[in-house]
Amino acid sequence: MGEQQRPVADLTTDYDIMDPGFIRDPFPAFDEIRESACPIAHTERWGGSWMPTRYEDIVAIAQEHETFTSRGILVMPPVPGAAEGAYGAVAAPPITSDPPDHHWHRRLILPVFSPQSVARFEQGTRDLCNSLIDEFIAKGTADAAGDYAQHIPVRVIATMLGVPLEMEEDFTSWVRGVLEQGMTDPELRQASRMNIIRFFVEQLEDRKQNPRENDLITDLLNAKVEGAAVDDIYVLGVCNLMLVAGVDTTWSAIGSTLWHMAQHPEHRRMLRERPELWPQAVEELLRVYAPVTMARIVDHDVEHQGCPMKAGDRVLMSFPSANRDPRQFERPDEVDFEREHNRHVAFGAGIHRCAGSNLARLELRVALQTWLERIPEFELVDPSSVTWAGGQVRGPRRCMVRFPTVATPA
Amino acid sequence: MGSLRTVRVTVDSGSCHGHQMCAIAAPEVFGSDELGYATVLLNGDVPADLENKVRRAEANCPERAIRIVD
Repeated sequence: MGEQQRPVADLTTDYDIMDPGFIRDPFPAFDEIRESACPIAHTERWGGSWMPTRYEDIVAIAQEHETFTSRGILVMPPVPGAAEGAYGAVAAPPITSDPPDHHWHRRLILPVFSPQSVARFEQGTRDLCNSLIDEFIAKGTADAAGDYAQHIPVRVIATMLGVPLEMEEDFTSWVRGVLEQGMTDPELRQASRMNIIRFFVEQLEDRKQNPRENDLITDLLNAKVEGAAVDDIYVLGVCNLMLVAGVDTTWSAIGSTLWHMAQHPEHRRMLRERPELWPQAVEELLRVYAPVTMARIVDHDVEHQGCPMKAGDRVLMSFPSANRDPRQFERPDEVDFEREHNRHVAFGAGIHRCAGSNLARLELRVALQTWLERIPEFELVDPSSVTWAGGQVRGPRRCMVRFPTVATPA
Repeated sequence: MGSLRTVRVTVDSGSCHGHQMCAIAAPEVFGSDELGYATVLLNGDVPADLENKVRRAEANCPERAIRIVD
C-alpha cells in the first residue's frame, strides 16, 4: 500500500495510526490534534477515518449508538469478501450488535462477567501468575511482556471457555493475526479469523455431542431467547469475541503497567505501604494506559461538530486520547493513585462498554500484585529496546526488566 | 458538627452501563445486580461518614448516572 512510507503532512488531515512513531508513543499526536482548531481529525490513509481526540466528543459519540453504529469495530476497513461464505455472518456479539438484538446479546453474556461471577477466577489467576514467575525469578531478568503478561489473559479465557490450555500459542497467534499483524495484511487477518471460527465450530460440535456441566459453550448452546434456541452463528460470535477481545487487550494493559512500574519505584512503594489504594490505582493505570481503540461506522450522513461525516465512514474511538484530555483530567499525563475525579473510558462508554471489564481489572490487579509481591524491585534493562504494538490495541510486546536475585519465599 | 446529616443517592438505571466505578469507589454504598449494573445499598441514605466516598463515586462515573441529593 505504501502508506507507511509517505511522511505525515498535517496530523489533523493526514494522521497515520500505523506510523512507527505513533505506535511507540501516540500521545504527542493526540495532544497536537486535541489542541488544534480541528480536534476531530480526518485521514485518507488505511481506507479513511475520522478520529475525535477530546473526551467530550468521544463519550458523546459512544453514547449516540444509533448514529455511530458498531457494525464495524476494527480500525481497519473490512477484508473484501470476509462477510461471505458459511461463516461470513459470525461477528462478535454483543459488541458488534446494534439494538434491538444488542439487548438480548448482552443479557446472555453479562452474568458471566459480573463482579460476583469473575471472582471465582482470582485464585486460579494468582496461581498462574506465580507459576510464570517461578520460571524466571532465579535468572534476575525477564521479558515482562513476553514471559509474563502475554500468558495470563489467554489462559484465563481458555479456562472460561473450557478449551485446551495447550492451544495457548495458537490462540495468541490467531488473535495477533486479527488485531496486530493482520491490520496491514488483510489475507493474514482473514486467515486468522477463519482459524478462530473453525476451532470453535469443532468445539460447538463437541458440546452438542458431549454436553458439559458448568460450561459456558454448553450453556450458550442451550440458551433460549423468548422460547427459541439461539443459533450457532451467535454462539460462535461470542466465542470469537471472548478470544479476540479478551486476550490482546488485557495482556497489553498488564504489560504497559509493568513497564510503568519498572520506572516508578515511588509507585511500587506506595502500593506496598498503602494496599488500600489498589482498587483506585488499577483504575488510574487503566486511564493512563488504556490499550484499546475501537471503531464505529456512521449510519447516515451527519454533520458532527462541523465535520461532514458520511454514511459508512469509520470513526476511531481513541479512548487512550480521551483519557488524557486536560479538559476532563487535571495533570492528565501524570499517574496519581489518589486522583479523586476519574471518569476514565478505558472500557468505552454507552451500550458497548466492554462486557469483560470486571474480568480484565481482576486480571490486571492480580498480575500486578503477584509480580510486586515476588519482585518488589525491578527496572527496565534498556528503555530504548522496548517494542510496542498499536493501532487497535496498544501495549509493549518486548519489555526486558532486571531485578535482584536474592531468594524470595514463594 | 453535621454528624447527623445524610445525603440521598440514586443511580439512573437508564444511563448506567455497568462500569462498576461507583462500587470501586464506595463499596459500602453501591453493589451490582446479576448483570453487573449498579445498585444502591443502604436504602439510598448515605451516612455522613460515607459521604466523601459517595461523592468520589459520583465523580468517577463515566455515564454520569449517579445523583446525589443533599
